[in-house]
Amino acid sequence: MTGDNDRYVLNKELAQMLKGGVIMDVTTPEQARIAEEAGACAVMALERIPADIRAAGGVSRMSDPKMIKGIQEAVSIPVMAKCRIGHFAEAQILQAIEIDYIDESEVLSPADDVYHIDKRQFKVPFVCGARNLGEALRRIGEGASMIRTKGEPGTGDVIQAVSHMRQMNREIRELKAISDDEVYEYAKSLQVPLDLAFYVHENGRLPVVNFAAGGVATPADAALMMQLGAEGVFVGSGIFKSGNPAKRAAAIVRAVTDFNDPKVLAEVSEGLGEAMVGINKDEIEKLENIRMAERGQ
Amino acid sequence: MTRVGVLAVQGAFVEHEASLSRLGAECYEIRKAADLGRSPDALVIPGGESTVMGKLVRDLGMFDTLRGMILDGTPVLGTCAGMIMLAGSVEGGPSHLATMPIAVRRNAYGRQLGSFSARAGFAGLGEIPLEFIRAPAAVSLGEGVETLSVVDGVPVAVRYGNQIATAFHPELTDDPTVHTYFLDAVR
Repeated sequence: MTGDNDRYVLNKELAQMLKGGVIMDVTTPEQARIAEEAGACAVMALERIPADIRAAGGVSRMSDPKMIKGIQEAVSIPVMAKCRIGHFAEAQILQAIEIDYIDESEVLSPADDVYHIDKRQFKVPFVCGARNLGEALRRIGEGASMIRTKGEPGTGDVIQAVSHMRQMNREIRELKAISDDEVYEYAKSLQVPLDLAFYVHENGRLPVVNFAAGGVATPADAALMMQLGAEGVFVGSGIFKSGNPAKRAAAIVRAVTDFNDPKVLAEVSEGLGEAMVGINKDEIEKLENIRMAERGQ
Repeated sequence: MTRVGVLAVQGAFVEHEASLSRLGAECYEIRKAADLGRSPDALVIPGGESTVMGKLVRDLGMFDTLRGMILDGTPVLGTCAGMIMLAGSVEGGPSHLATMPIAVRRNAYGRQLGSFSARAGFAGLGEIPLEFIRAPAAVSLGEGVETLSVVDGVPVAVRYGNQIATAFHPELTDDPTVHTYFLDAVR
């Protein structure tokens, strides 16, 4: 019989299988098939991609289960879906339709401004966003089996993803370098579980797989994040908001595999057509309500 | 020292490198066609997504060389997606290297909720822990395919000449049995 702890291990292991891959946002079975053929290692089923969520405003919720099921039927790769931060009933619904991974996501409107979902109560795995080591280890403490940077979704601007990945890796290096008797204080300052702080201290890495997300729009962006230490990337609005989604999707897949080979990166970056237009960091800062990365700390 | 080329286009290749290195093998990553030319003593095709690996080995121009090396007898270990890569036929989808006369069903145990851990004997070397992640199942075995391990009546590890395929992930546990068996087969 597979017990709760075994289940958590199996869920972390699924994330290991996704490494070196690209997880793509899709809104229809047709897009899901394009993503799978282009080499996506998983798809994220959602009704509106982050760029459109930003444009539409209002409250953004879990997608219609019928729409998600349509995508589950269309592809053979893992299918993920988002629920709102703290909305454990949406998560229960996603578990009931046997989703492969739940993204408790700041892209949707948060349902709880204090508590995240107690992810240990679930059998299906969760991925959560983080801007720094503290957020990452708190989410893992709550039961997340995969982490991604938050970045700033729906912008096509990679600056926040870069800043979050650098911040996290810098803190991991610091925690690794300090002496054993300093870990207690470090864990206290980050407000994270002590056992997880010791894991990072001893291993120099998170106890789960860490992807980049939020603003990746080009093969070069994807390669940048991989060289900064991401183990794979999520691409949200960047693909299906661009001129030639199939070609751009395949190019980003190649860029994640060959992230260290500038010749290949040059080749796959050629003639991709229009990238998503995007909104930059300064423009977002004026739009107080939709700074998604600040949701759920 | 045995030099193992680990296909490193997507998936859990680092885990295989760690398992093999602990047993004293030398590993290197196969990321492009030229890496196949470094005459490895053996090959590993890791877990990951078979649709991604199948596409990338073609796009990277390594399909024919890789297939040729396996058919010429270079020992290979394929785990999970690696088993699918080696299978002669894949139910309801395209086959890939198709060097082993077995038929497989992808996601045979369903979605992630169907992933499970088990213990079973392996090649007469005792019981080992087995991790199945959205695993495939071998639904039929051709002539000359030997069964190394069985769970619930389904063959989960098979051998055909120098090719070894497992539906589970030996690279995810500390148990060295499968990798030791593989390295012994290489010698």
